[in-house]
Amino acid sequence: MAILVDDDTSLVVQGITGQQGRFHTERMLEAGTHVVAGITPGKGGQDYEGVPIFNTMEEAVKETDPNTSVIFVPAALAADAIFEALDSNIRIICCITEGVPVHDMMRVASYLREDATLIGPNCPGVLSPGKANVSIMPSEIFIPGNVGVVSRSGTLTYEIIDELTQRDIGQSTAVGIGGDAIIGTDFIEILKKFEVDPETECVVMIGEIGGNAEQLAGEYVQNEMQTPVVAYIAGFTAPEGKTMGHAGAIASGGESTAEAKSEALERAGIRTATSPSEVAELVAEVLSITAS
Amino acid sequence: MDLYEYQGKELLREYGVETLEGIIATSPEEARDAAEQLGGPVAVKAQVLTGGRGKAGGIKVVEETEGVEEAARQILGMDINGQKVQCVLVEAGAQIENEMYLSIMVDRTAKKPLILFSTEGGVDIEDVAEDSPDAIVKVYINPLLGLLPYQVRELTFSARLESDTAKGVGQVLDNLYEAFVGTEASLVEINPLVSTKDGRILALDSKVTVDDSSLFRHENIAELRDVEAADPEEQRAQEAGLQYVKLSGDVGILGNGAGLVMSTLDAVAQAGGEPANFCDVGGGADAETISEALNIVATNEHVKSVLFNIFGGITRVDEVARGLISALEQLDLHLPIVVRLEGTNAEEGRQKLAENTSENVYTEETMLDAAKKAVQLAQGGGR
Repeated sequence: MAILVDDDTSLVVQGITGQQGRFHTERMLEAGTHVVAGITPGKGGQDYEGVPIFNTMEEAVKETDPNTSVIFVPAALAADAIFEALDSNIRIICCITEGVPVHDMMRVASYLREDATLIGPNCPGVLSPGKANVSIMPSEIFIPGNVGVVSRSGTLTYEIIDELTQRDIGQSTAVGIGGDAIIGTDFIEILKKFEVDPETECVVMIGEIGGNAEQLAGEYVQNEMQTPVVAYIAGFTAPEGKTMGHAGAIASGGESTAEAKSEALERAGIRTATSPSEVAELVAEVLSITAS
Repeated sequence: MDLYEYQGKELLREYGVETLEGIIATSPEEARDAAEQLGGPVAVKAQVLTGGRGKAGGIKVVEETEGVEEAARQILGMDINGQKVQCVLVEAGAQIENEMYLSIMVDRTAKKPLILFSTEGGVDIEDVAEDSPDAIVKVYINPLLGLLPYQVRELTFSARLESDTAKGVGQVLDNLYEAFVGTEASLVEINPLVSTKDGRILALDSKVTVDDSSLFRHENIAELRDVEAADPEEQRAQEAGLQYVKLSGDVGILGNGAGLVMSTLDAVAQAGGEPANFCDVGGGADAETISEALNIVATNEHVKSVLFNIFGGITRVDEVARGLISALEQLDLHLPIVVRLEGTNAEEGRQKLAENTSENVYTEETMLDAAKKAVQLAQGGGR
C-alpha cells in the first residue's frame, strides 16, 4: 500500500509538450509510472516518448481511462486545467504550477467535491517509492519503506527524505501539498489517509509560517490519530509581513508564526524537531519504539 | 502588493465606493494649494504602507488653510515603522455621525472570501474581536455565486442598522465586493466607514492588498508599485526573478527552495548568528543565476560572510558546483563563503569545488556545521 499514487495509477499529463511537461514526463516514465496520456490543445494525434497526446481531457479519458492527472500548464491556465480534469471525473489531480491567482483557487476550492483530491498548486506532487512518481521530486533519493511524509515545501522535503534514506529509513509516500495560501488539500486530509494506510508506521509533517493548517493538523493528530507523527516547522527567523518565497509563507502575528505553530504541536504531544537532521533522528527513535 | 491609501481609494471609487475629495501632495506648498482648492478644514495624512500612522503623528486635522503647510512639513520625511513619508493626502473634512468597519479578505482556512462588519469602527478590528466579539458580523461568500442579496440583509439586520444606514451600507458592500473581485484583492478594508450627518456613507480610509500572482492580468494595478520605496536590493532581485528578502543581520544566505532557505536562516540563528537576508535561487543552478544572486547578497554592506546551502535533487550537485565555480570566477568577492552541498552527486560536487576555488571558500557537510562556520566567520570580522 501507499497513499494517493501506486501501481494502479494511470496518469494523464496536462501540458505534456511544454518544457517542464516533457522533462518530468520522461522522469515519471523512468520511475515506472503508467503515463497513459498527455494533453496539449492543438497537438492531438502526436505522441511524446510513446505517450499519446490528445486535444482535450474528454478525448484522453475516452481513449485511455486515466485515474490521475498532473498539471504543468502556465499559471493563467491552471484553474481551467483543474476544472477540465474535475469535469472529466479525474479523482486525483496534482497541480505543480506555481503562481496560480488566489481568486482562481477560491473558485476551484468551492467547486471541489469530497470525492476528488486536488494536491497543490505550487507543489512538488506525490511520490510512492518503487510504485509511482506523480511529481517533480528526485526519485533517486527515495527508498521504499514505512514513513509517510507530508510537506508544504519542496527542497526542504528532499533534504529530510535524504536524511531518512541515509539512515536506511524508507518512505511509503511523500506528498507535497504546496506553498500557496489556498491549496486543494491540507495536512489533515493527508494525515487521515496515512492513518488508514497499513504500510505507514510513522508520519513526518513539515510545516512553515503562514495560516494555521499546522494547528488544525495538531488537533487532529492529538484526537484522532494512532500513527505517531514527527513535525518540523521552518521560518522562526522570518520577519512579520514579508512573503518568504512561497506565496503562502507569510507571518502576520497570531497563529501564523513558527513559534505559535511549534508550541501548538508540542502541546498536542507531537515530537517537533528543531532541524531537518533531528527529524530523521526522531523518526528512528519512534520506529525503534514501535518495533520493540 | 499593498497599495497606498490614496491608490486604494482611487480603485474603490472606480467601483462606486464614495470617499472624501482628496489631493495628493509631495511638498508643503503643494499641500497648501490642495487645501485651498478643497476649502474648509482638511486632514493631512501620511501615505505609508504600514499601520499605526495615527499614533506616530502621521495624521493632522487642520482647521485653517494657513496651518496646512506646517502640518505637511512635519509629516513629510517622517519615519513611520521604518518607512519614510514621501507624500501626503490632503483630504476634505466631513460631518461624521458614526464610524463603522467593513472588510473583505481571502480566508485561507475556509478557502473563500470573508466579509467582516462592525458598528465599532475607527479602532483596531483585532481589539474589537478580543473585547467584544459579538460586535463583529461575519459572512462567508461562495465565490462561484458571488455576494447574494440575502447575505447583505443578513449582515445589516444582525448589525441592527437603521434602515437608511442599512441601505447605504448594503450598497457599499455590493460595490466593495465588486472591487474585491475586480481587482483580485486578498484584502480590501475600510476602517472607518462613516455615515455623515447629511446621510452619506463614505470610506474614510482604505487598505487594499492585491494578489501578486494576479498582477499579470491587471496592468493598471501593477503599475502602481512604488519602485522607489522598495529596498534597492529587493528591487534588483525581483527584476532578476529571485526571491529575496532583506533582513538585519550579517550572515548572507542563499539556497534553493523557499522551505530550505527558511530552514537555513533558522540554523544560522540557532548557531548564534543573525541572517542578513533570505534568498532563494530556485531550482536551476546556472552560473548566471548564482552569480546575480551572490552579487545581490554581497551588495548589502552588513554582510560579513555568506552561506550557500544547496540540496541537489534533479539538478545534480556537481552541476551546481560548476555553476558556483564559474560565478565565483565572474565575481570578485572578498567575503568568506561557506558552501554546503548535499544530494545527488554530492561527493563529486564537493571535490570539484575543493579543486577549483580559492581559500575564502569553505565547504561543510551538514547544514548545522555550515551555519556554525558562517556565523564564526561573520563574528570574526569577515571582509
